[in-house]
Amino acid sequence: MKCSEFLHELTNYLDGAIDDRTKAELEDHLAWCHNCYVVCDTTKKTIEIYRDSQLYELPEDLRTRLRTAIVSKCKAKKKVGPESV
Amino acid sequence: MNTIQNRVSEPAVSDELTLVQAAKAGDVGAFEELVRRYDRNVFRIAQHITQNREDAEDVVQDAFLKAYGNLNQFQGQSKFYTWLVRIAVNEALMKLRRRRPERMVSLDEDVKTEEDSLPREVADWSPNPEQQYSQAELRDILSRTIQGLPPSFRTVFVLRDVEGLSTEETAEALDLSIPAVKSRLLRARLQLRDRLSRYFQRRESADGGPKHNGGDGNQ
Repeated sequence: MKCSEFLHELTNYLDGAIDDRTKAELEDHLAWCHNCYVVCDTTKKTIEIYRDSQLYELPEDLRTRLRTAIVSKCKAKKKVGPESV
Repeated sequence: MNTIQNRVSEPAVSDELTLVQAAKAGDVGAFEELVRRYDRNVFRIAQHITQNREDAEDVVQDAFLKAYGNLNQFQGQSKFYTWLVRIAVNEALMKLRRRRPERMVSLDEDVKTEEDSLPREVADWSPNPEQQYSQAELRDILSRTIQGLPPSFRTVFVLRDVEGLSTEETAEALDLSIPAVKSRLLRARLQLRDRLSRYFQRRESADGGPKHNGGDGNQ
């Protein structure tokens, strides 16, 4: 397996969306290709860091304000009639 | 390797349809519960796409109001959340287009060839790279790094890897084919990895010999 073939399958490999035979081939490649091992490992870390980052969390006060606004507009629409919302 | 965890818990989905039915019948309280369930997700997605806090606030309001106004269009073949994400992504892209009228913003754009995504920086990272930085510094690094991706790439990345939608749900929410989602996701992941390497790569000790620094000097 060439490195380009490994990279082509990287997303499926990280997502576990891969058959056993291809998985074995990829892991065989990882065993001897240090560059692909590093790319695979650090790509996994990239995903984990973003997922765990709490980037763009909605602050509780803003959350309440937005929800109150949404609900009051929904109620106003409801008064006009359900067909018109 | 672990598979990606979904950020919307499965038990929550089981009674989702009941809430949707109640909201359709005019129960605003039921709709409010749906807002509570998904407002954080919609805000995160919107800010990832628009890269603007005020726009993201608008998207949360507009997306939920549009969903409420069109509940009768929701047939229940997909999860309510996937349907809502589809509305939110469209609202967010409209905001982005308004803010950047000089640039066409489309999820169909296929910006670069496969070769452009091939890793240039293969230096290994420190064992716990995120711990080298404070929370605020780390968020700044992650935010600036993902901003550099084309909107079509970062949208797929945030839905799949941050929000934990499946490939099929992402394809449905973005109206893309499954191969298109997979291709964008691979390139988004590799580009983010490449860009983060400048911050996270393993540092040699002072006497450890020459060390290429993959960054741009703005460490």
